[in-house]
Amino acid sequence: MQSKMKESEPILEVENLSASTDNLPILKGVSLTVYPGEIHAIMGRNGCGKSTLSKIIAGHPSYNITNGDIKFLGENINSLEPEERAQSGIFLGFQYPIEIPGVSNLEFLRVSTNARRKFLNKEELDTFDFEELVKEKLEIVKMDHAFLSRSVNQGFSGGEKKRNEILQMALLEPKIAILDETDSGLDIDALRIVASGIKKISNAQTGIILITHYQRLLDEIEPNYVHVMSDGQIIKTGESDLALELEKKGYEWTDNFIKET
Amino acid sequence: MVNENLVKDVVKEPYKYGFVTDIETEKIAKGLNEDIIRLISQKKEEPKYLLDFRLKAFNKWQKMKEPDWAGLGYKQIDYQDIIYYSAPKQKEKISSLDEVDPKLLETFDKLGIPLTEQKKLTNVAVDAVFDSVSIATTFREELAEHGVIFCSISEAVKNHSDLIEKYLGTVVPASDNYFAALNSAVFSDGSFVYIPKGVTCPMDLSSYFRINSGDSGQFERTLIIAEESSSVSYLEGCTAPMFDTNTLHAAVVELIALDDASIKYSTVQNWYAGDEEGIGGIFNFVTKRGKCLGKRSKISWSQVETGSAITWKYPSCLLLGEESIGEFYSVALTNNLQQADTGTKMIHIGPKTKSTIVSKGISAGNSINSYRGLVKMGTKAKGSRNYSQCDSMLIGDQASANTFPYIKSQQPNSEIEHEASTCRISEDQLFYLQSRGIEFEEAVSMMVSGFCRDVFNQLPMEFAAEADKLLALKLEGSVG
Repeated sequence: MQSKMKESEPILEVENLSASTDNLPILKGVSLTVYPGEIHAIMGRNGCGKSTLSKIIAGHPSYNITNGDIKFLGENINSLEPEERAQSGIFLGFQYPIEIPGVSNLEFLRVSTNARRKFLNKEELDTFDFEELVKEKLEIVKMDHAFLSRSVNQGFSGGEKKRNEILQMALLEPKIAILDETDSGLDIDALRIVASGIKKISNAQTGIILITHYQRLLDEIEPNYVHVMSDGQIIKTGESDLALELEKKGYEWTDNFIKET
Repeated sequence: MVNENLVKDVVKEPYKYGFVTDIETEKIAKGLNEDIIRLISQKKEEPKYLLDFRLKAFNKWQKMKEPDWAGLGYKQIDYQDIIYYSAPKQKEKISSLDEVDPKLLETFDKLGIPLTEQKKLTNVAVDAVFDSVSIATTFREELAEHGVIFCSISEAVKNHSDLIEKYLGTVVPASDNYFAALNSAVFSDGSFVYIPKGVTCPMDLSSYFRINSGDSGQFERTLIIAEESSSVSYLEGCTAPMFDTNTLHAAVVELIALDDASIKYSTVQNWYAGDEEGIGGIFNFVTKRGKCLGKRSKISWSQVETGSAITWKYPSCLLLGEESIGEFYSVALTNNLQQADTGTKMIHIGPKTKSTIVSKGISAGNSINSYRGLVKMGTKAKGSRNYSQCDSMLIGDQASANTFPYIKSQQPNSEIEHEASTCRISEDQLFYLQSRGIEFEEAVSMMVSGFCRDVFNQLPMEFAAEADKLLALKLEGSVG
């Protein structure tokens, strides 16, 4: 199965990436390659650099790349603006989705969807056509239409915010989705809804990176690879059973790993 | 931040109303004295009472001191270095729009205010004021069928002198303040509106003020009277060319609402604001006040203030009639070195009067943006209520925002509520929108219009869309 995937070109290549914020090194040489159809899980303690990695791939301005490259569909994207990365098909599902008072969720989703569609040379949608599209996508995350008329994420519960993220993913149809602790703060039912949503949206052409602490998400979405991060590096890579072992033994077990190169 | 270069590029976006119309004008000599005032009055063929009104105001003005309590910083104005009357030369008597100088029509066309029969806006009647004179007023006949009078104030002086004599200066007395006194002495043109008893004005009325000359001030005067059970919605827009000198604009607006009448007055102010270094721009010193004279009358101010180097403006309501209502909805945006000191006064005099204040200030660049407002409950204002909400948004780390709410109550059975907040557009919010493919500039303007939503909802439809666009344009390049 793996060898068959590798016949195609990779979607994302992170090569020996080091990055810092306020001169504080956070990533210290991370390499990661994602091919179409692959699901990668990244696990590790809080503060090991998982979220930073995801933000840097999405282009967060607070971090400086000090070494290494990020390639998307073969092109170096180190210097692209976050919106350019998003338009070309990189999606970051936020661990803590941001509240934006006064901006209607519907308008936000429409502008964002149209930015992506414009990049894909697809016709931009007016309010009516967009309503149709969003109605269909709301089904995927079992969200009520009423969410659309509220301000972006404002007053949403933790679970509602996460479902709103997956709704955005469904609308943007990214080539690669990096989902940063999308499972945290979800009850069992919400977790199932989110997990099945992710599965519905992804296909043989898309790549997914799941950043998580818990096996329960990986029970729903089985990864092809599991990476363990510690102190800004990937210290171990394995298949889905690695996550199970980690769940049993805890992160202390990983302290004994020597970095595998 | 990463976007600094992008920001620099876009800030160069020119002020698109900054052009000058090359037209022959009739200007009087610079300076201000009794003779100048007599000359203005004579040019306008005014009756004696009006000349007396002007001279009395001038007398008072000479004894007054320019106010400095707003703490605005600007070079002293030389009142003798201003031309107080400037008008495009045209035929003596114009009987129809066809006789208006094509250059003037073209100017207003360019400003998005077409005046000619074929092109004029279909749902709004427009009075177009160019420097010191009104050029044209559309839909006059249609309005006249309903008994609505909409014309320049100069015409009203000629044709409706009784109304002018009865109401002019009754809301803003000539000696009200320094700039109001100056205006009363030298006012040139402006709009006059009269809505008869029981009439709902069939369309929105609008005045468009255009300053064209660099060395003349604009001193327009607007008077709106709404008789019993009538209502009107009035819109006002303003632009000026880019000059590297400052131009003085000191207007007076008076509104009068009788029993059960309602006046909605909306402004989009986009006078030239000066450049990035604060060179040039309009000094906007304006006195706007409405008198809710009748029972259950209502006056509602909404304003979007984006232009001018300095804005000094407090559209206010005198709530005399029992159960009368005053409203003030404001968005004030300052960028670069602009200064705005704006707010309202809600003076509750009658019982069971009600007022609402919603003010949104956005300061970017090195600008200073202040809300200054007074809520006063008089001894007879039993059962009256006020609600005020003042929010400020800061963009960048060099701008400042202030709130000065003054509250005076002489009536224990009244309620005054004041809420205030200050926020900043956070990098995380911007990143969130950008990470969804939304361009940086658009992300900022989305958040700003979100912040202003409560006020935009109060604007007439076409105005709301325009205000939204205007804000986006003004803000381009202000974050970084």
